[in-house]
Amino acid sequence: MAITEEPPLILELESGETKPSTGAFARPTYAKGWRAWVFTVDHKKIGIMYGAVAMFWFLWGGIEALLIRTQLLTPNGTVLTAEQYNQIFTMHGTTMVFLVVMPLAAAFANYIVPLQIGARDVAFPRMNALGLWIFVFGGIFLNLSWFLGGGPDGGWFAYAPNTSVTFSPGAGMDFYAMGLQIAGIASLVGAINLIVTIINMRAPGMTLLRMPVFTWMILVVQFLLLFALPVITVALVLLSLDRTFDANFFNVGMGADPLLWQHLFWIFGHPEVYILILPSFGIVSETLPVFSRKPLFGYSVIVISGAAIGFMGWGVWAHHMFVSGLGPVSVAAFSATTMFIAVPTGVKILNWIATMWGGKITFTVPMMFSISLVSMFTIGGLSGVMHSVAPADTQQTDTYFIVAHFHYVLFGGALMGLFAGMYYWWPKAFGYKLNETLGKWHFWIVLVGFNLTFGPMHILGLQGMARRHSRYGPEDGFDFWNLMVSIGAFVILIGMIIFAINIVKTWLGYKAGTIEQSPADPWDGRTLEWSIPSPTPEHNFDYVPVVTDLDDFWHKKYQKDENGKLRKVADGNAIAQLGDQHPHLPSPSYWPIVLASGLPLIALGLIYTLWLTGIGLLVLVAAIYGWSLEPHTDPDASHGHGDDHDDDEPDGDHSENLIDSPKDESTEEAPVG
Amino acid sequence: MDVITDSHVEGNVEHEDHGLSDLGYIKIALLLAVLTAIEVLTYFVDFGVLEVPSLLILMVVKFQIVISYFMHLKFDNKIFSYLFITGLVLAVVVFAAMATSLVFWTDPAGCDAGRFC
Amino acid sequence: MKARRRLPLDNATEVNTSQLAYGPTEWDDYDVPPLTTGLSNEKMTMWAFLGSDCLLFASLISTYLLLRNRVGPDTDGSTAAELFDIPFTSVSSFVLLMSSLTMVLAVTSIGRGEIERCKMWLLTTATLGAVFIAGQVYEFTGFYREGLGFTTNISSSAFFTLTGFHGVHVSLGIVMLVTLWSLISRGNIGAERAETVEIIGLYWHFVDIVWIVIFAVVYLIP
Repeated sequence: MAITEEPPLILELESGETKPSTGAFARPTYAKGWRAWVFTVDHKKIGIMYGAVAMFWFLWGGIEALLIRTQLLTPNGTVLTAEQYNQIFTMHGTTMVFLVVMPLAAAFANYIVPLQIGARDVAFPRMNALGLWIFVFGGIFLNLSWFLGGGPDGGWFAYAPNTSVTFSPGAGMDFYAMGLQIAGIASLVGAINLIVTIINMRAPGMTLLRMPVFTWMILVVQFLLLFALPVITVALVLLSLDRTFDANFFNVGMGADPLLWQHLFWIFGHPEVYILILPSFGIVSETLPVFSRKPLFGYSVIVISGAAIGFMGWGVWAHHMFVSGLGPVSVAAFSATTMFIAVPTGVKILNWIATMWGGKITFTVPMMFSISLVSMFTIGGLSGVMHSVAPADTQQTDTYFIVAHFHYVLFGGALMGLFAGMYYWWPKAFGYKLNETLGKWHFWIVLVGFNLTFGPMHILGLQGMARRHSRYGPEDGFDFWNLMVSIGAFVILIGMIIFAINIVKTWLGYKAGTIEQSPADPWDGRTLEWSIPSPTPEHNFDYVPVVTDLDDFWHKKYQKDENGKLRKVADGNAIAQLGDQHPHLPSPSYWPIVLASGLPLIALGLIYTLWLTGIGLLVLVAAIYGWSLEPHTDPDASHGHGDDHDDDEPDGDHSENLIDSPKDESTEEAPVG
Repeated sequence: MDVITDSHVEGNVEHEDHGLSDLGYIKIALLLAVLTAIEVLTYFVDFGVLEVPSLLILMVVKFQIVISYFMHLKFDNKIFSYLFITGLVLAVVVFAAMATSLVFWTDPAGCDAGRFC
Repeated sequence: MKARRRLPLDNATEVNTSQLAYGPTEWDDYDVPPLTTGLSNEKMTMWAFLGSDCLLFASLISTYLLLRNRVGPDTDGSTAAELFDIPFTSVSSFVLLMSSLTMVLAVTSIGRGEIERCKMWLLTTATLGAVFIAGQVYEFTGFYREGLGFTTNISSSAFFTLTGFHGVHVSLGIVMLVTLWSLISRGNIGAERAETVEIIGLYWHFVDIVWIVIFAVVYLIP
């Protein structure tokens, strides 16, 4: 559909008077083609794009991992120089954390949460699109460093003063600092949107304690993001000010304390790891009950422990700093708090096991990934508890023992959970299931490969193999296990290739008609998203679902008869909505992607030439004004429709976060139209 | 948004949902000005050992007054308070812990070889 | 051992195909389903954002407090604290505090439909904010002339970063106020959208309370 420049719309205000709208362009109306994706404000398309882009970065982060493992395949490897190695491991970690796991969680949060709470979209659809595009540009920006002098080389944790200009002279760390600022804005914007959505746009009758656990975990994660991101914002600003403007924050000659960086980073960094794992905890809290055909054991306990983890996660950060010279009192205090935080997690593990216990289990692929999360995360959690004992950690820290721990929790935990989610919700998003057989090959090969890769790292770590070293010597005695680890990494690769084949094959099969369309409720699910067709209709729900229970949809299908026995009273697919209504939906918009594009320009300018920053700021200001003043889709629409109001406050956010990149006093603006 | 009429001359009349009247807000502002004046007084007059505690208390009181009245939190739904206060409390507690760790709990003897620190 | 019950999946009793799980209800009579809490999404957004901003300023203030007296072998120049002109800054602080009052008056006036008065109060607030900024600029250029620049030492870097962040917040607030004034003048915002003014007001007050903390902790407390 072509876009024409229409005469300004007339706005009819609630008071009855009419005013001309000030938007210069009408909003786009594309329904098909690439423009339907680029300008969309639909949470489902946005979720899919988050996921697709994240999988691209997963491929790249995986290549970085394979480069590491090829270098470490043999002693004194010559695949990478030390400088290259520093860049590769830095970017492997940065990519996986910020460009893979976080956006994959965002993908699920964006797609699934509105469905689970019975909403048509999130509170601020344009802001949702903004978050996506900022993330896309941020990831590209970060990786531009490869082409512009080399990647960041200070580790994903970027300890200053090692990352100051003196010791890290290339532009790599500048790309790191600004790239993460940009990505951070995306997460912050998304966090605010989801918090407001979950608090304020639930279906009638859905109290907080009737919300699915996945939505609960996402809510906790958004609060963690909301409060943790400003701290890393400040840390990165201080670093950038030092590097670009000669400030003295990490200049030891001027009296700086290197611990300042570490504290600021880890005050963010520890909540960050809970940000990484809680969504997957939420996902398996959905899948385990469905595939055990039993309600989740201890719903309120799981919800409370999720919130407890989020809360207690603020009190443990310095366990990343046990050998940094904190002093025995600090070390002891943080050691104790770290031990305590194992409790709510352990509670969840027990509840998941109790959920499965006595259930009628079907070993579908999502179920297998979910069970593997429970077991692999437990292993990772056990090594974690070992680290919490500070004297023991003195030996373990900076060795591969730690690398083993966090990969068990992040790969074996977060990633396995995310794969479970993919297989579980694929039919809802795309209308057909992924192939079970290929899925099982994917699962088993990855599980074996994963354990072969990261299991021996426990041994290597205790044998003394240090982290972040580009090579080890033949006299160290690490040869055999490193060989196993590297083989394991390539086994993982094979598993992932099978996953890719699965995706392509099923997609082609679906288009050719050889793969059947999934019905609304292919898994006999428990939550609201299974009460609507697959793939999800654009408007989500024909009629607003009115909820009276936890797992309300399940109770529509299974009820207790007069003898107290649970009986099936309806088939999910038969009682699902039909998707045949056509309510009004928010219009697409140009401005989110335009606004997002200003940010990398600002950042590049700060690295190279302030002219670029100026251009970026102009783009930003123009986009903010354009956004605030663009016409409503439907002038009669008001709050809560999912439609954006001109008096949104997304602008407050940007203007706020623009401060994070050091710049001159330009005042680009956040008008409220 | 509902209406507060000026003709409520009671000054600090607090309507349930509507906050104060204009006069009430002016009185609050005067109170804040007085508190600020006392704060500034600490620069000119020696409060001795009371200086730092007074400044901190005055700061907290002013903070509280602006939040409750000017920002309307006292009259608004509790959800807004939870959102903001959570951030505020986290900020204070976490950074107090950081400061304590950095300033008060450092190992005075330094990290000699062989000593755990 | 208790016998385990099998769920009667295969013995569906009354499979009711004509009824949807979630059919039309009176909630569909609304064009827009009412918000769960009845509170405004936009206002909630601003409060969430301000909660987040608390951590931003807490980090900056803590950084300043940690670094303000630190010296190293290369340290040169005085600390920021040694150059403070408390009387001057007190006046600035008072100005900002009063701007919060004028902001509240702007909000109450548009709540009563008094558009012109609201515009006047908004401009007054913006002007007072601008006076505050002018005072900051004067103060900083004064420091600079006395040898304390951004890069002079660690104390100065920390001071200017903290106050600079605050100043940028204020400046953005001023731009928002002026834009608001202009949009109200053009009729885009009337009494029925008074909440917009309230939300900008929340931001403005927040900027004020951050300064309340900075003034006490950075300037006054020795």
